[in-house]
Amino acid sequence: MFSEQTIKPINLDSKALRDKLSLFAEREGIRQWDLGAACSKDCSVQVDRGEAKQLKGAQRSSITVRVWNDQGLVGITSTSDLSDTGLQKALIGAYRASDFGNVNDIPAFSSLATAPLPKLDRQLRPAQGIKRLLELLKQAEARLLERHIAIQTIPYNGLAESISKRIYLNSDGALRQIDCTNASIYLYARAEESGRKPRSGGAVRLALGSQDLDIDGCIDEAAELTISHLNYAPIDTGRYLVCFTPDAFLDLIGAFSSMFNARAILDGVSLSQRDSLGSKIAVPFFCLHDNGLHPANIGATSFDGEGTPTQKLCLINEGKLDNLLHSEATARAFGVEPTGHAGLGAKVSVGPDWFEVSSTENLNTTNNHLHHNSFAETFVLIEGLNALHAGVKPSQGSFSLPFSGWIINQGEKVSIEAATVAGDIRTLLNSIEHMEAEQVITHNGASPHVWVNGLSISGEA
Amino acid sequence: MVQQEESLHDNWQPLLESLLARGRTAGADLVEIFLEKSDHLGVLAEQDTITSVNPSFGRGAGIRVFLGERDGFVSTNDLSESGLNQSLEQALSMLGLQSNDAERSSFDGLPKLHDFAIAKMDWLKNCPQLKQANERLLNGTNLLARHGTHLQVRRGSYARDWQEVLVAASDGTFGRDIRLHQSMGLNVLATDGEHRSSIGRRYGTSSRPYDLLEWDADGSAQDICESAGKMLYADYVEAGQMPVVLANRFGGVIFHEACGHLLETTQIERGTTPFSDKLNQPIAHESVTAIDEGLTDGAFGSLCMDDEGMEAQRTILIENGVLKSFISDRAGHLRTGHPRTGSGRRQAHIFAAASRMRNTYIAAGPHTPEGLISSIENGLYCKSMGGGSVGPTGQFNFAVEEGYLIEHGKLSKPLKGATLIGEAKEVMPRISMCANDLELAAGFCGSISGSIFVTVGQPHIKVDSITVGGR
Repeated sequence: MFSEQTIKPINLDSKALRDKLSLFAEREGIRQWDLGAACSKDCSVQVDRGEAKQLKGAQRSSITVRVWNDQGLVGITSTSDLSDTGLQKALIGAYRASDFGNVNDIPAFSSLATAPLPKLDRQLRPAQGIKRLLELLKQAEARLLERHIAIQTIPYNGLAESISKRIYLNSDGALRQIDCTNASIYLYARAEESGRKPRSGGAVRLALGSQDLDIDGCIDEAAELTISHLNYAPIDTGRYLVCFTPDAFLDLIGAFSSMFNARAILDGVSLSQRDSLGSKIAVPFFCLHDNGLHPANIGATSFDGEGTPTQKLCLINEGKLDNLLHSEATARAFGVEPTGHAGLGAKVSVGPDWFEVSSTENLNTTNNHLHHNSFAETFVLIEGLNALHAGVKPSQGSFSLPFSGWIINQGEKVSIEAATVAGDIRTLLNSIEHMEAEQVITHNGASPHVWVNGLSISGEA
Repeated sequence: MVQQEESLHDNWQPLLESLLARGRTAGADLVEIFLEKSDHLGVLAEQDTITSVNPSFGRGAGIRVFLGERDGFVSTNDLSESGLNQSLEQALSMLGLQSNDAERSSFDGLPKLHDFAIAKMDWLKNCPQLKQANERLLNGTNLLARHGTHLQVRRGSYARDWQEVLVAASDGTFGRDIRLHQSMGLNVLATDGEHRSSIGRRYGTSSRPYDLLEWDADGSAQDICESAGKMLYADYVEAGQMPVVLANRFGGVIFHEACGHLLETTQIERGTTPFSDKLNQPIAHESVTAIDEGLTDGAFGSLCMDDEGMEAQRTILIENGVLKSFISDRAGHLRTGHPRTGSGRRQAHIFAAASRMRNTYIAAGPHTPEGLISSIENGLYCKSMGGGSVGPTGQFNFAVEEGYLIEHGKLSKPLKGATLIGEAKEVMPRISMCANDLELAAGFCGSISGSIFVTVGQPHIKVDSITVGGR
């Protein structure tokens, strides 16, 4: 018998936190400061062949305090200790670190830290509790195992739900906070047929609450993928017409997001330069937006680490670099407004939220015959790219990545045993043959299937 | 009442005993409590400026309750008595258990603290001061400028991780330790027109407070600049099946990814290792002996006790090609029967410990590195490796940062863009030659219990055939 356990709301009062910080800062003679805080409570379950394996619960909290000293230099300190002692220690630590602040790059408060926030239509969903999560995951595991005799285990599985709160506040009176709930399920199956190598496939679903998770869809996708990889063969090394699934293409473009990152440009590690705006970096029918506010972005927040409102931003328009992702400091360096993509730190990081890849309106190729379900000639369909952390060189533009996928000829689909795909992102973006009409929503963005010709694939045949 | 600023010492014993007794009374087979305090410093130098100083500190607890082969795990930042009691109740109730103060406890109390930390209390204080660290890093980036050409970006980084842990369990485990890890890294981006190369090296040690001051920044900078210069104009590797020689030190990532992970008992539990039924059977070429240990002085993966309170040991994984042992933690022992090897590790209190590698390497063999290269007519020499990973079916991959063509038994032109892929079962028997130049290299390993400090290592080794991905 399992006890009913639900997650209790987070008790972190932003106004009380602000009052405490104000008091401690005044005591230390610190006139300018800001703070980012995050707290979460979550629970998760894992199962193994019908039995609970590990059940987890966690309460986490962290704050980052940033202070400006009398010389205007900035220091930070982070801690998971939200007690009064912890807050004071963090404040003093940040003040000491400010002695070593970078005189050439001093962050300031975002000019938009008190601007109106976009309305996010994200309902807070009640937690179902660990007992219900366990029931659901056991059922999901059993149903996935039933799908095919070769599916013997679901070695990687998990169902989780969490509630979290994020806060940004500063000594100029900015006070942002947002409460979120979210849930996730992942199922990765392993299948093996006699005398053949083991194969695997999996799927992930996210939702605002565990009651909203598309568990049926997750089971269907995991089963379909796993079964589709049972019929496998090595592939010849060579150049192929390749179709990237939305998931794979979003992973690839995400790995090279430093192209759109103003911080990376200023640091000299981006493929783009300060004067790259307006230059052609992709085929004319290619568009890319960063849209943290997209309704399907489950992890959406209405402000970034500096309190700047989240927004939809066009990065590539008709193949040309249109905008960059900015923090307060990089925006100042470029003479524009911050875009809502900052972290919080002495050197503020910048990153994307949620990519949307689309075709330029009324402009696509004449290659409408290229469709992953109907194209009759030989092509490689790349379902997932692996080891992006090792095989991508963002500052060089090159990639060499293991992948999972199929070679498809006359509609016959054969899983590729083991192979890598290699290329250069700039060449790839300028060699896109076609983007299918349907934009598919995934858990980390939206994109159609994207076709590229002549990519180098290395196989074992 | 325990004070937050106090060290994690045996003053915690009464509270821990009370928690363990409550857990046992509720019906748990075993209760384990992991307390942690941490202090981190990260510094980044770019070109000739310190651009980021990131201090952080934290504390927390992870409470794990076992009932049969199941376990419930709760982590919290709240180290108050009520906070820990609440977390224990939550972990118990996950397993359908409830504490009952009326019942008499079957727990006899904790023994005297096994204190590995006592001689390490001044470690944090003896680490380089921030000013010293900054100067050392700026010296490093300056040396890069002195030794290199076409350098668009020069970076130096320093990380110091101090951690104090106290582990108590209802089986009588009661240990304390202090860990200190420091790493220094230099990397460059070289550019010349359309040509680009990026090269980095990291130096890392444990348990040596003064180590930053002993770091050979000049040697590291020279090595990086030489490699960056060679790789700047390198051709892309031609893909195919070929013999390769992997250099010593970080070349050991091949064993880490291709085989080491598959010898962790978590992989047996999941049914994702091809070696689960191969104990005392050959799984590798007879030239291969592989070891996982936590004892090498100052190595990144060394530890006095693991995160379950067990003392470190030396574990022979493979001896002359024959599988001799798995890497096991408490849960692994419970669920697979393989004895614990002092390998229960976690990044921090928010993770339950799992069977993880420590210092893992292939032992030295009888050959010279030159002997390996001269035995190959056409192949690839991998001087420096990037990261890698292993999938649920045992397929591994890793990137080659710096490669050279082998032609007629000699090194020729530099090559870039290579990725090696394969399956452990197939590749391990193809490691046919090991050289006599074993060296270790510091690294980080990310897996189910977070990112942990590890060492990889090997002598130069020859793999008779492997798939090289490229263009």
